[in-house]
Amino acid sequence: MNKILTASTEWVDTRFPLTKMWNEHLAQYYAPKNFNFWYYFGSLALLVLVLQIITGIFLAVNYKPDAALAFGSVEYIMRDVDYGWLIRYMHSTGGSFFFLIIYLHMFRALMYGSYKKPRELLWIIGMLIYACLMAESFLGYLLPWGQMSFWGAQVIISLFGAIPYFGEDLTVWIRGDYVVADATLNRFFVYHVVLVPIILLALVAVHIIALHEVGSNNPDGVEIKKNKDPKTGIPLDGIPFHPYYTVKDIVGIVVFLILFFGVVFYAPAFGGYFIEYNNFFPADPMKTPEHIAPLWYFTPFYAILRAVPDKLLGVVAMGGSIVVLFLLPWLDRSSVKSIRYKGWIFKFALVLFVISFFGLGYLGMQPVTPMKTYFAQLFTFIYFAFFLLMPWYSKMDKTKPVPDRVTD
Amino acid sequence: MSTADVTDRCPKNITEAHKGRRRFLVAATTAVGAVGAGFAAVPFVMSLQPSAKTQAAGAPIEVDISKIEDGSLMVREWRGKPVWIVKRTEKNLAELSSLNDKLSDPNSEVTGQQPDYAKNLARSIKPEYLVVIGICTHLGCSPTHIKKGDAAGADIDDDWKGGFFCPCHGSKFDLAGRVYQGVPAPTNLVVPPYIYLSNTRILVGADSSKGVA
Repeated sequence: MNKILTASTEWVDTRFPLTKMWNEHLAQYYAPKNFNFWYYFGSLALLVLVLQIITGIFLAVNYKPDAALAFGSVEYIMRDVDYGWLIRYMHSTGGSFFFLIIYLHMFRALMYGSYKKPRELLWIIGMLIYACLMAESFLGYLLPWGQMSFWGAQVIISLFGAIPYFGEDLTVWIRGDYVVADATLNRFFVYHVVLVPIILLALVAVHIIALHEVGSNNPDGVEIKKNKDPKTGIPLDGIPFHPYYTVKDIVGIVVFLILFFGVVFYAPAFGGYFIEYNNFFPADPMKTPEHIAPLWYFTPFYAILRAVPDKLLGVVAMGGSIVVLFLLPWLDRSSVKSIRYKGWIFKFALVLFVISFFGLGYLGMQPVTPMKTYFAQLFTFIYFAFFLLMPWYSKMDKTKPVPDRVTD
Repeated sequence: MSTADVTDRCPKNITEAHKGRRRFLVAATTAVGAVGAGFAAVPFVMSLQPSAKTQAAGAPIEVDISKIEDGSLMVREWRGKPVWIVKRTEKNLAELSSLNDKLSDPNSEVTGQQPDYAKNLARSIKPEYLVVIGICTHLGCSPTHIKKGDAAGADIDDDWKGGFFCPCHGSKFDLAGRVYQGVPAPTNLVVPPYIYLSNTRILVGADSSKGVA
């Protein structure tokens, strides 16, 4: 049996670099030995991506992308298709968990300086994945054709209308109609199930290739490639990804799946945060719900949009809040990567940033009042100050000496 | 493959002129290819525009306005958008000019927001009937009609004279669809073209001067 296996592996290896790739990315990919809790979220993101693709395929089997049929076909999946409810709730819950994981993954990079040289491109690719994910989520949210689907799409598409000169024509081109209508639903379905997933998968592959080229960062922000075993050339602080981290990640996956299915089975709408109650009403182009807000993972940016009392500037501020993240590798001028060796200024700035991000997230869900708008403006100011003042405060900040090797 | 790699494999007598010619050919082919790709993209990009069928839809609609009560609003669908017809009281109309200081464009000077015949204080043909498209000029939500004296009005403005409030981003409009200052919506609500067929019937989407809009 073993002989047959070896022979067939050899047969494949002379025709396709199977063993070579296995070694490069798993068995002989040396990751720092000091990974902590925060390093679960990369592999978990991959798991959720796979879950979303599988559940998505099975949902598409019964879904109808037609303005007259869409809402009913979702109800049909929920009530008449065997286990349809499970597949749909896995998909809707998966969407929220995807963002939760990605935000934790990004926060990890922020804490440990994982975007700093030589990982700038890795960060940019990651940001592109995040942008694709936002597009994917927005496109998918139209498909149930409920009230929030319709009016959410109406608002987000109208954002492009703020662009001077050709903005209005652009919105018509995006919708394929003068209002959000059947043509819009049909094309959004195609973008959601074909176009964006292809781009997303390609970017994820590029992200992993780029990661394995530069090597993983770690909580100490020490480059493990600087200390290699002179004989083998293997980093002294590195351990092979497989089996060490594959086994570690399986533990993370088990814990994740317990939480994930806890939500799927017991609280799929999650109090209106994962599925908004207004979306249980079919789309009505004549009436906007009394209170509309996007799903929780977009509310920080939505709050920034609302904080600015000008159409164009509001859209610019919202777009800018995403764009500024791309520039992070060049805004941080600190001599160290990890928060462990940064001074109090960075830690203080990071705390303020987290408070303002959560604050914006909360405000984005709330109806507008003058007081809330005032706080949204304050948090928006802190959000941008965190990034735009970083070149100065990160340089002024008093850092601690970084050890030569990773700590335990 | 860089040019250096290519020259290594070329005969030794290759001259600078050869290299220049090669560079020109590469640049020319790339440019022609890019133009070709641009032309090839045209049909695909254009296929996403509203189809002929979509463009043909949107015929004018006839509305009976006789049953609207004083101060009330009626909604009808035209081109997939809500069209509001509001019957304003004498008092409502008298209060309009008192709001001018609080508004961005009290005299409807931004063109394209209304036909010329609605460029007046009441933004309508007959003052008591307001006809507007009920879509906020900010990001396309449909605002809520809040009358003077409604409980919700007090939250919006201490001296709310009645009008429309957008729940999405807090834009405010008066009873002529004119936008308040300091809100995200940049312009007044759009008045569609319409004509009176009789004292009680209007045709929305048609214009006496231009015919069907």
